[in-house]
Amino acid sequence: MITRRKLIVLLPAAALAWKYVLAGTPETAPNYNRSEHWWGMLLDIDKCIGCGNCVRACSTENNVPDGYFRTWVERYHVAGWEQETPQVDSPSGGIKGFPPSRFEGGKNFFVPKMCNHCVDSPCTQVCPVGATLHTPDGVVLVDETYCLGCRYCIQACPYGCRFLHPTKHTAEKCSLCYHRITKGLTTACCENCPTGARQLADLKNPDDPIHEFLRTHSVQVLKPHLATGAKAYYHDLDGSVR
Amino acid sequence: MPVDGFMYPNEIELQWSVLIVVYPFVTGLVAGAFILASLERIFHVTAVKPTYRLALLTALSFLLVAPLPLQLHLGRPERSLEMYLTPHTSSAMAMFGFVYLWYLMAVILLEIWLEFRQEIVLLSQSCTGAKRLLYRVLTLGSSNISEGALRVDDKVGWVITLIGIPSAFLLHGYVGFIFGSVKANPWWSSPLMPVVFIFSAMVSGIAVVLLLYMATARMRHQSIDMRCVDTIAQYLLYTFIIDFGLEMLDLIHRIYEADESFRSLDFMMHTKLFFSQVVLQIALGTLVPILTLGAIQMFHVPEKLRKIAYAVCGCLTIIGIFAMRWNVVIGGQLFSKSFLGYTTYKVDLISREGELIAAGLLVLPFMILAVLVKILPPWPKSEAASAD
Amino acid sequence: MHLTKFKDAEHLVRLAGAFAIVLVLFLLIRAHFIPKSFGQYGHYRGNALAELSSKPVIYAGHNACEECHSDVLDVKKVGKHAGVNCEACHGPLAKHAEDPGSVVPQLPDTAVLCVRCHEENIAKPKGFPQVVGAQHSSGEVCKTCHQPHSPLLSPGEKKS
Repeated sequence: MITRRKLIVLLPAAALAWKYVLAGTPETAPNYNRSEHWWGMLLDIDKCIGCGNCVRACSTENNVPDGYFRTWVERYHVAGWEQETPQVDSPSGGIKGFPPSRFEGGKNFFVPKMCNHCVDSPCTQVCPVGATLHTPDGVVLVDETYCLGCRYCIQACPYGCRFLHPTKHTAEKCSLCYHRITKGLTTACCENCPTGARQLADLKNPDDPIHEFLRTHSVQVLKPHLATGAKAYYHDLDGSVR
Repeated sequence: MPVDGFMYPNEIELQWSVLIVVYPFVTGLVAGAFILASLERIFHVTAVKPTYRLALLTALSFLLVAPLPLQLHLGRPERSLEMYLTPHTSSAMAMFGFVYLWYLMAVILLEIWLEFRQEIVLLSQSCTGAKRLLYRVLTLGSSNISEGALRVDDKVGWVITLIGIPSAFLLHGYVGFIFGSVKANPWWSSPLMPVVFIFSAMVSGIAVVLLLYMATARMRHQSIDMRCVDTIAQYLLYTFIIDFGLEMLDLIHRIYEADESFRSLDFMMHTKLFFSQVVLQIALGTLVPILTLGAIQMFHVPEKLRKIAYAVCGCLTIIGIFAMRWNVVIGGQLFSKSFLGYTTYKVDLISREGELIAAGLLVLPFMILAVLVKILPPWPKSEAASAD
Repeated sequence: MHLTKFKDAEHLVRLAGAFAIVLVLFLLIRAHFIPKSFGQYGHYRGNALAELSSKPVIYAGHNACEECHSDVLDVKKVGKHAGVNCEACHGPLAKHAEDPGSVVPQLPDTAVLCVRCHEENIAKPKGFPQVVGAQHSSGEVCKTCHQPHSPLLSPGEKKS
C-alpha cells in the first residue's frame, strides 16, 4: 500500500531528479557565420571530360574507403531516339578515368554524381536518431559519432549517394567538404576539376556567378518528380540521365 | 561482378540483410497471434477459446525476439539506446521503437498478467524454492483473487484487448510504413504497403497459432478441438482472401500504370525473384492454402484429412509469408534506382547477419514459448487433471 | 463499498506504481545520456557542426600555391591551362603549403598525367582537345613538346 510516509520520501527525490533532467546547456557556436551562406553545386555536363580527378581528389581529401564513393562519374551512351534505356557505365566510379568506349556513334557524355544536399532530403527525414542533419547553411551532413548504422538513410536516398563505411560502420556521404568551405576554400572536387565542370555555389551570396548562370541557362536537377529540393544543379542534363 | 547492367556504385552491396526479413516476419506473427486471441475476447467467437492463452504467450515470445535481428543488424548496436533518447519524430523507425514499447508493456504484458493473475497468486502460495520467488515477484505483492478482484481483471483485460487490436495494427502497420514511405524505392513506396503487411501478418499469425495448438495438443496427448481448428481455419481463409486481393491489386495496378520503374521491376520478378515470389509466395504460399481451405468450406472433408490439410496449409502459409517478406525487403534492393541494372544477394552462412543467425532467431521464439508455457500454463482448465 | 472496491483494484495501483518507477528511471537515463548540445540548431548534436568543420585539409587550394609560385601563375594564367588548378596535376599539397621546406613535392610524370584528360574518348565534349596518345606522339612523353603550364603550341612550334 502506498502510505503517506512513503510519499514524503519519494517526492523530494523526484524533485532532485527533475532538476538533473533540466540541467545542461549547449556549447556556444564557432566563428563562421552559417546564416550568411546557402550552399549548392553547379555541374556542367558540357564541360565534364570524365577524367576522374574529382573522384580521386574527394577520396584523398576525405579518406574515402576503396570501393565506396562520395562522388562518382557515369558515362552515358544514348543510341537513338529512345530515352529510357541508355547504356551507362562507371568503372570503379570513374576513379581511374574511363577506358575507351565500346560504342560507336550515338550521343555520349559524362555525368558527375554526388550528394544533392537536398532542402527536403528524405535521408534526414528517416534518420531515427538525428545523426544526419541539415546545417543552417544548407549542407546535409552525417554525425558519425551519433550514427547507429541502421542504414535507413541509405535506403531513402533516391540518388544512391550514401554508403555504410566498412570499418566505422556508420553512414557516410559527400559532406560538400564542409571543413573546407567553412574556411573559405572550395570543395576538393571543384578545386581539382580541370575544366570547371564542377563549381561550388553560394546561393546566398549575391556576387556568386551561380545567380547569373541560373538566369541565363537551362538547368535541371536529378529526379525532380521526387521533389527533394536538390541543390546540385546540372546544366544540359539529357533526359536519359537516371 | 555480381551486377547485370548498371547500378550506382554505392548500391551494389545490399544494405538490409536477411535479418531485416526476419524482423517484419516476427512482428507480423505477434500481431496476427494477438488478433486471433482478440477474436474470442472481443468478438465472442467462443469456438477459438482453447487457443486464447496460447496465442497470447505466442505473441509475447515473438515480441521478445523482434528487437534481436535489429540489434544484430545495426552497424553500431551499442548506440541503439539513442532511438529512445533522441527519437526523430519524422522517422517511422524511431516511432516504431515507442509503438513496440507500448505494445509490449501496455498491451501484451498487461493482458497476460491480468489473464494469468489468478494462477500466479495460487502458484506463489503452493510452489516452493526459486519458483515460489518467481511467482511472488509476478504477483507484485498483491494476493487478492477474490471474485471482485477477478471481475476487475476481466473488465480491464477486455479494455486492454480492445485497445490491443488497433495497437496490433499499428505495430505491424508501422513496419509496413517503414517500407511504404520510402519514395526513393518504387518497389516499396505504396500506400497499400502497411495494409498488405497487416493482413499478411494476420495470416501468418493465425497459421502459427493453429500449428502450435495442433502440435502442442499432439505432444500432450490431448484431443484436438475440431470446432476450434475449423473456426481458426475459416478465419485464416477469410484473411487470406483479403490479403491475396490486396496483393493482386498492387500487382495489377503496377502492370496497368507501367511507370518508369515497371520494366525493371517486371524483369526482376521474372528472373531473380521468380522462385521466391511466383512459386513460393503466390503459388505454394497463397493459392494452394486458399484453394484447400476453400474446398474444405465447400465440401465435406473427413476429420483426419482436415487435420492434415490444416497442418500442411499452415506450414505453406508461414513459408509463403516469409517469402513475401523476403520479396519485399531483398527484392527492393536487387534492382538499381537507375532502373538500369540488378545486383545479387549473397547470404553468408556464419556471419553476424548470416543464415545461421537468421535460423536461430526463427527458432528462439519457440524455445521462449516452451519456457513460458511451463511458467504460465495456457492449457484449458478442464485438462488440468490429465496435464503432464 | 468504496473500500472493498479499492481493495479489489489495489493490484492495478501497484502495477501503475511499477510503471511510474520505470518511467522515472527512463527520464533520468535520458537526462544523463542525451548529449548536451543536442537540439541547438535542429534535431542533432550541435557540436557536430564544429567537429565536422575542423577536419584536416589535404588540398591547399590554388590561392595558397599562388602566394609563392607567382612566376608559374604568370605563365599559366594566359595559357590554355589557366583554369586548371595547381593540385589538379601536382596532387594534394596542403602540407607543403604549411611548411614548404619539410615537404618537397614530386614532379608528376607527364607520360601518365596528361592522358587522364587528353586521351580521346567518345564521351568527351567535341571541342575538348583530345588525342590518341599512341598515334599522336609516337612514344615520346608529352613534356618533350608541351610546356604543362601553358601547353598550346602554335603551328610548327616545338618546346625549346
